Amino acid sequence: MAHLVFTGNLQRHVPCPPGEYPGTCVAEVLEAAFRERPMARGYVLDEHGALRHHMVVFVDGTAVSDRKRLGDPVGPGAEVYVMQALSGG
Amino acid sequence: MSDRVLVSTRKGLFTVDRRKLDQWEIARTSFLGDNVSLALADPRDGAWYAALDHGHFGVKLHRSEDQGATWTEIAVPTYPEAPEGHVEKDWMGREVPWKLIRIWALEAGPASRPGELWAGTLPGGLFRSKDRGATWELLRGLWDHPDRIRWSGGGADYAGLHSICIDPRNPDWMAVGVSTGGVWFTRDAGATWECRGEGLRADYVPPGQAQDPVLQDVHRLAQSQVEPTTFWIQHHNGIFVTRDEARHWEELKEAGPSIFGFPVVTHPKEPATAWFVPAIKDERRIPVGGSVAVTRTRDGGRTFDTLREGLPQVHAYDLVYRHALAIDGSGDRLAFGSTTGNLWVTEDGGDRWHAVAGHLPPIYAVTFVP
Repeated sequence: MAHLVFTGNLQRHVPCPPGEYPGTCVAEVLEAAFRERPMARGYVLDEHGALRHHMVVFVDGTAVSDRKRLGDPVGPGAEVYVMQALSGG
Repeated sequence: MSDRVLVSTRKGLFTVDRRKLDQWEIARTSFLGDNVSLALADPRDGAWYAALDHGHFGVKLHRSEDQGATWTEIAVPTYPEAPEGHVEKDWMGREVPWKLIRIWALEAGPASRPGELWAGTLPGGLFRSKDRGATWELLRGLWDHPDRIRWSGGGADYAGLHSICIDPRNPDWMAVGVSTGGVWFTRDAGATWECRGEGLRADYVPPGQAQDPVLQDVHRLAQSQVEPTTFWIQHHNGIFVTRDEARHWEELKEAGPSIFGFPVVTHPKEPATAWFVPAIKDERRIPVGGSVAVTRTRDGGRTFDTLREGLPQVHAYDLVYRHALAIDGSGDRLAFGSTTGNLWVTEDGGDRWHAVAGHLPPIYAVTFVP
């Protein structure tokens, strides 16, 4: 299980409290969260499942490199943060 | 006559109500702090739609069934995945993503098709919903047209479809305006399309291509509802009118302070009457002489009135975007809003204007609630 935290700025649009979600890669962990909160998906991912241009995901403090398929591995007990990239202003 | 205006701004949606002559007030704010790019009040069922661009979080659509008191998020148009290995470049050589960047047009379908909505988007898409925005489909007839890759960004990085005119004679007949991409017509509900631009002129391309209908930067397109063969264009290079469904466009070279601008509306009952908001052309984009004016023709473009009463005439730098000039069903009331947050209304076709608000966020779009 990974500990998943969404940026506080998303809460105004879609409530997404921190939680524990299963998965061995970023895509699986996010999918588990989106099954609970389907409205959140479009705020984080685009229509093709890629990370939105001005969003960033950190796994244990490192920004993921696979922004298209979200294949970066997630180990047991990892901390996954979904944040806004500073590039977006 | 309409007593209510929806004002879409960089920082929210404002509902403005008329109390009496020269007294219009902000009655409600929605999405305060959020970027609202466009709103639609559906005359058929009274629903309101608001398009939001959250930046980081993408483009969203919301619907209200209670005149803006509450809103529900609904689906947005989505693009199909591009074929594997497909890299699309526009006419300027820039890569075009198959992703929703902005909703740039929202129109209700005809009364005979309840629930039908139309959306125009960046990059260059036309979408139809048959279920009040629960689902959307991309019209592949236009998206797959071989000339679409010759479209390019005008006011934005990518080509945008900003005007959707559903023909009052037959809802399967439509015209759309694209910046930059010309004016396109369909007579089979969007299955096939034809670009018609004979008479339009593009100064921003090499001379040999200036008459190419696909390269025309149409800023806004308006169709007469009583004489549907008449269309008006505010174009990057001036003002054009056609009376034969765009078989030929006539350029109007004299139109008051300037022929440059973004919006155009036409009178709901008088096809020869149209309004524009002039500005110094593209390299500066401010009102001529720092004076805000609206121009109006009542004779099909032979002559223009320059309307200034009630509008600031000294050190005013308001620019009015393409969706920020609106007219109501009577043709007497118009409203327009500016990039500097001013909102004006008229109740006599523009002879006299009343300043409603002066400190709104930058205004993107204005529309009357029917």
